[in-house]
Amino acid sequence: MSSTVQSTGRTWKKPPFIANPVLRWGLLIATVAYVWWAMTSLPFDWDRIQDGVPRAIRIFKGAFPPSFIRGELLFDGFMESIKIAIVSTLLGLALSVPIAFASASNIAPKWLYTIGRGVIIVARSFHPVIVAILFVKAVGFGPLAGILTLTVYSIGFVAKMLAERIEEIDWGQVEAIRAAGGATFVTLLYAVIPQIMPRQIGLSIYQLDSNLRASAIVGIVGAGGIGSTLLNAFGRYDYDFALAITLCIIGVILVSEAISGRIRRNLW
Amino acid sequence: MLRIKELVKRYGDEKAVLKNLNLEVPGESVVSIIGASGAGKSTLLRCINRLVEPSSGSIELNGTELTKLEGKALRLARRRIGMVFQGFNLIDRLTVMENVQSGRLGYLPAWRAVTRKYPQEDIDRAFHLMERVGIAHYADKRADELSGGERQRVGVVRALMQEPEILLADEPTASLDPKTSRQIMELLRALASELHLPVLINIHNVNEAKEYTQRIVGMRFGRIIFDGEPTDLNNDAMDEIYAGVPAEERGGAESNTHLREVAAR
Amino acid sequence: MVATTQPTGPDAIAHREWSRYTTKERWRRYGVMALVALAVVWSLSTINIIWPWLWDAPEQMGDLFARMFPPSLDGWKDIAWTLLETVNIATIATFFAVFLSLPIALIAAQNTTPNRFTLWLGRFILVSSRSVNTIIWALLFVAVFGPGVLAGILAIIFRSLGFLGKLLGEAIEEIDRAPIEALESVGASRFKILIYGIIPQVMPTFFAVSILRWDINLRESTVLGLVGAGGIGIILQGAIDTFAWQTVATILLAIIGLVIIGEAISAYLRKKVI
Repeated sequence: MSSTVQSTGRTWKKPPFIANPVLRWGLLIATVAYVWWAMTSLPFDWDRIQDGVPRAIRIFKGAFPPSFIRGELLFDGFMESIKIAIVSTLLGLALSVPIAFASASNIAPKWLYTIGRGVIIVARSFHPVIVAILFVKAVGFGPLAGILTLTVYSIGFVAKMLAERIEEIDWGQVEAIRAAGGATFVTLLYAVIPQIMPRQIGLSIYQLDSNLRASAIVGIVGAGGIGSTLLNAFGRYDYDFALAITLCIIGVILVSEAISGRIRRNLW
Repeated sequence: MLRIKELVKRYGDEKAVLKNLNLEVPGESVVSIIGASGAGKSTLLRCINRLVEPSSGSIELNGTELTKLEGKALRLARRRIGMVFQGFNLIDRLTVMENVQSGRLGYLPAWRAVTRKYPQEDIDRAFHLMERVGIAHYADKRADELSGGERQRVGVVRALMQEPEILLADEPTASLDPKTSRQIMELLRALASELHLPVLINIHNVNEAKEYTQRIVGMRFGRIIFDGEPTDLNNDAMDEIYAGVPAEERGGAESNTHLREVAAR
Repeated sequence: MVATTQPTGPDAIAHREWSRYTTKERWRRYGVMALVALAVVWSLSTINIIWPWLWDAPEQMGDLFARMFPPSLDGWKDIAWTLLETVNIATIATFFAVFLSLPIALIAAQNTTPNRFTLWLGRFILVSSRSVNTIIWALLFVAVFGPGVLAGILAIIFRSLGFLGKLLGEAIEEIDRAPIEALESVGASRFKILIYGIIPQVMPTFFAVSILRWDINLRESTVLGLVGAGGIGIILQGAIDTFAWQTVATILLAIIGLVIIGEAISAYLRKKVI
C-alpha cells in the first residue's frame, strides 16, 4: 500500500485535560504558587541540614553491623508488644460490637446513631501516638497506656467497618424472623449476627495485625513495647542496636501480615 | 505476497495447534479463514505478526522471513502488518485521534509520541482515512464513548495508518450486531481494492465470508482442508470443516438451512 | 446442621437429634476459643501492668478532661500557623512521593520491569518502605538532619513510597492486555507501549491512590512533631510538657477539624476523579 494524501493543512492538538481555559491555567498557576509558597514558608534549618551527610555517614557506620548482643531486651520488648496487641484487640473488639450496632443507621435510633458516630469519629481522628501521650499522662508510663491507646484505635477501625457491614445487611432476613415473632434480641441473634459474622472475624484478625504494627510505635511516647526499646536505643546513640530492632520489627510485621492475609483469604 | 510453509505451533507438550500448515496469499486478494472454534485460525493469524511465537516453519512476507526476527527488526516487520481485533483493542481513555495515531508508533520518534506532536502528513492521512470510514468528527472524543461499529472503524484506521503490506483481521465482526458487521465487512472489501491491499480475515460467519471474499480457506484441527472460491464451498465441504459441530455454531450458513427446515415443518 | 442419627422406623420422628455443628467442627471451635483464652490469660498474667494505676485511670482521665475545659484560645495564631505548616508538610511530601513512586511501581510490576534484578530491587524498596512506620522514619531523619520540617517531609515521603508504589504496581499488573497486544502488533517499542498503553490505563488509580495517601499523610503529619519533625505535634508536645491542658484541648479540637476537613476534601476529589 502506498498512497500520498493531499495535505489539507488541518492540524490536530490533544484536547486539554481540563476544557475550561480559565480553570486550567488557574489551577496550574495556583499549584505552582502553592508549592513555591509552601517550600519557602516552611522553616527549613539549612545550616543544620548541611550537617546531614556526615551525620548520616556516622549513623550508618554506627549501625552496621546490627548488634543483637542485648537480645534479651529485644525479646522482652517484642513480647510486651505482642501482649499489648492481644489484650487491646480483644478489648477493642468487645467495645466495638455495641458501638457498631449503635452506629448503624438501619438499626439504631437517631440519638444513639449520633453518639455512636461521634465516638467513631473521635477515635479515628487521632493518630494512636497522640492518644498514647494522653494515656501516658493519665495512667503513667508502661504497657497499660499502650493497651488503652490501641483499644481506642481498634474501636475507630473495627466499629466503623462493622457498622458499614450492618448497614448493608439483607433486611429480608430480619423481617422473616420478626414475622415469626422474634423479639429484638432474637432477631439480632438469628438475622443480623449470622450476616455480619464473617466480616467480624476477618476484621478481628486484620486488627490484631494492625495493632501489632501500631504497638511498635506507641512505645515511642512511652506506652510500652518494642517502641520504647527502640527510642531508648536511639537516645543512647546505640545505632547498631536500633538497626537490629528495626530489622526485627520489619520481620515480625512481614510474618504477621502473611499469617493474617492467609487466614483472611481462607475465611472469605 | 505472503507465503507460509510447514508452519507448526505447539503450546508446551500439548498436541500441536497448527500442523505443517502451508498457505500462499498473493497480492490484492481478500481471503477469509473459516473453521470451528479451536481449529487454530486465531493462532495462525497471530503467528504471522509473531504475537504468538511459531514452533517451526517459515513465514515470508514480500521476501522477508518473519520467523527469525528479534527486537528492532521484529518491530520494523510488525509495522508492515496491520491487524484488526475482535475486541477492537483500543486504548479506552485516549482520544480517537491518539488511537489512530498509535498505528504510527512504529515510525514515530519517541518525543513526538510523548508530546503528541504528530507530523502534518500523519494528521492529513488520519483525517483522510477517518473521513473515508466516517469517523472524522469523533477525532477528539474518547475511544470509550463510541459505539461498537465506530470503535471497529477506529481499529481499522489504526491498522491502515501503518501503511501495511498486508492486513490481518481476527474475527473483526464477532462483537458487532449483524447490520454493523456487514458494514465493516463491506468496508474491508472496499478498502482492500482501493488500497491494493491483501487482507486475511478470520471469520465465524460463513455467509459473510461467501459474500465479501473471493477466496475461502477452511481449517480443522490445525490443518487447511479446504481452499477455494465461495461457490466451491458446498455442503460436503461444510460438513468436513464443521463435522461434529452443532448446527447453531456453524456460523450462519448451516443455521439458515436449519431455520428453513423448522419453518417448513 | 447435621442429623446425628438417621431415622430407622416409622416412630423415629420423635427421636431425631439435631445440633448446629458436627463433632469435628465443635472441637475446632473449642480449640480456637481455648487458644484465644490462653493467649489472653498469658498476656494479662505476665504483662507489666501496675493494677492500681488501672483502677485509678477513670479518675485520672476525668481529671485530665476537667482540666482541659474550657479550651483556651490563647496562642490560637500559633496553632493556626502550625496547622497550616502541618498541611504543607503533608501536601509537599505527597507531591514528591507521587512522582518518585512512579518509577518504583514500574520496576516492581511484573509486566513492566526490565529484568529480574530490577523486579527484586523494586519489591525490596516497597517492602522496606512499608514496614517502617512514619514515626520510625522520622526518628531516623531527625537524627540525620536535625529536628525540623525536612525530617518530617522525608519521613512521609519514605513511608508513602511503599504505599503508592505497591498499589500502583498492582494496578499496572492488572491492566487490560488487549490494547497492549494491539500496540505490539503495530511495532511499538516498550517505551511507547508504556506511554500509550499502560499509563492511560492506570491514570484513574494513580489519582485515586494519591488523594487517598494525602488524606493519610495529613493524619500522620500531626504526630511528626512529637519526635521533633515539625508540624502541630511540636506545640502539642510543648503544651503537654508545660501542663497547659486548656491549650492541649484547643490543639486536639483543631486536629479533629483538620482531619475531618481533609477526609471530606479527599472523598470529594476521589469522586471527581473516578
